[in-house]
This record gives sequence, C-alpha cells and structure tokens, in this order.
Amino acid sequence: MAPNPSRPLSPHVSIWRWHATMASSIAHRISGMANYIGAVLITAWLAALAAGPETYGVIEEVMAGPLAILVKLALFGFTLSLIYHLLNGVRHLAWDLGLGFDPEGSNLRSILIFIGAIVITGAIWLLAGGLI
Amino acid sequence: MSGLRTPLSRAKGLGSARTGSGHFIAQRVSAVALVILIPAFVWMIARLPDLSYEAARALIASPAGALVMLLTLTAAIYHMRLGLQVVIEDYIPAPVTRAGLLIVNTLIAAGLWLTALYSILVIAA
Repeated sequence: MAPNPSRPLSPHVSIWRWHATMASSIAHRISGMANYIGAVLITAWLAALAAGPETYGVIEEVMAGPLAILVKLALFGFTLSLIYHLLNGVRHLAWDLGLGFDPEGSNLRSILIFIGAIVITGAIWLLAGGLI
Repeated sequence: MSGLRTPLSRAKGLGSARTGSGHFIAQRVSAVALVILIPAFVWMIARLPDLSYEAARALIASPAGALVMLLTLTAAIYHMRLGLQVVIEDYIPAPVTRAGLLIVNTLIAAGLWLTALYSILVIAA
C-alpha cells in the first residue's frame, strides 16, 4: 500500500541537525560528569594538603614544572564546566517551576548560557591572578 | 490505570519503582544548596594568593574556609552521586554492568565525601 503523504512521518534517527537547546542539554550531562572528575581532584588536593608539606610538595613541584600548563588548562576546563552546569542548572530549576519552555526563548537562553559561562570563567581566572 | 496493563506486563512487574520522587526532590534540594555554595567556593579559591602549602592550609584552617569547603563538598558529592546514577540508568541497560556501576558510583561518592570530611577536619582542627 502506498504511504499516505498527509500522515506524519515518525522521527528518523539519522536525520537531525544541531539545535542550541540540544547542545545545551548534552553539555549539561557532559559538564556534570566532568564536575565529578573535578570533585575527585579537589578531594585529592585536600587529602594531600591534610597529609602534610611533604605530600603537598609533589603538587607544588608539578606546579613549578613544565606540566603546570596542563594542570592549569584542566583547572580552567573544570571552572568552565562548573559554571556552565551552575547556570544551566538554574535553568533546570526554572523549568521545574514551569517557566521557560517557549522555543525562541529556549534557543536564546541556551546561547546566552554558553556565552555567560565563558565570560564568567574568564572573569574568575582574571580575578585568580595569584593562581596563574 | 493498572486495568489497562496486559497480563504479561503485570506478571513482569516492571514499571515505577515508587521511589523516584525522593531522588527527584533530593537532586533539586542539593541543586539549590549548590547555587548558593558554588559561587562562595569558587570565590574563596580564586582569591588565594597562590596554591602554596601555607596559603592553602591557612584557607582551610579558617572557620569560613572550612565551613564553605565542608558544605560545598557535602552538597556537591551528594548531588553528583544522584546525577551520575541517572546517567548510568539511562545508558547502561545490561543488568549486571548497571548494578555494578551503580554500586561503584555510591562507593566512590561515599569514599570521596569521607576523605574530604576527614582532610578538612584534620586541617581545621
């Protein structure tokens, strides 16, 4: 039987394009998982700090050596991930109140949250002059 | 709506585990706590003069530093355990792998929390 063209097509898995809302949803999950790794690193840092100057000296040595740039990049990425998840998380809380479901506004807010996360992360790292 | 379920569906007994609301609410409550705590946490660390042993110890040894650390890491580790649980449940259908990862997630969260708690208290005491 020939398909009736007036009937809706079921969504096709292989036909899609990126949407701001979709990217922000995926980024929320990825940043959440990245923050998990960040929490492991923060806890390891606290444990080294509690263990005493000798153990903490390993961190100080790394931060004085050639690998410091990698650690700082990872910390910058963690800050970005944390701030993004925080901003988009506030949006999730607004959704729970039934706010912010209009398509145009959702697209705009997705883009604003991406930009906001980058700007705030940049500001934090400017503020954190002592750590750079 | 149970009357609409097929006999096979009823026999399998799948469906709502009837414990989801607690998870949902706990995730939101910890999220609200973190909206307040994360800015304080980031502000405190960003204001460190450097990451030297002395500067870091002095921060955690101060009452405000210790409290913000304790509160933030408690809320964060609780929140991320709930979050990763959802990710595992979404993407890992194999029952044994899924159960295994859920257990590992809980153990990592518990281990992290106790390690952070112990470390902060040792420094602050």
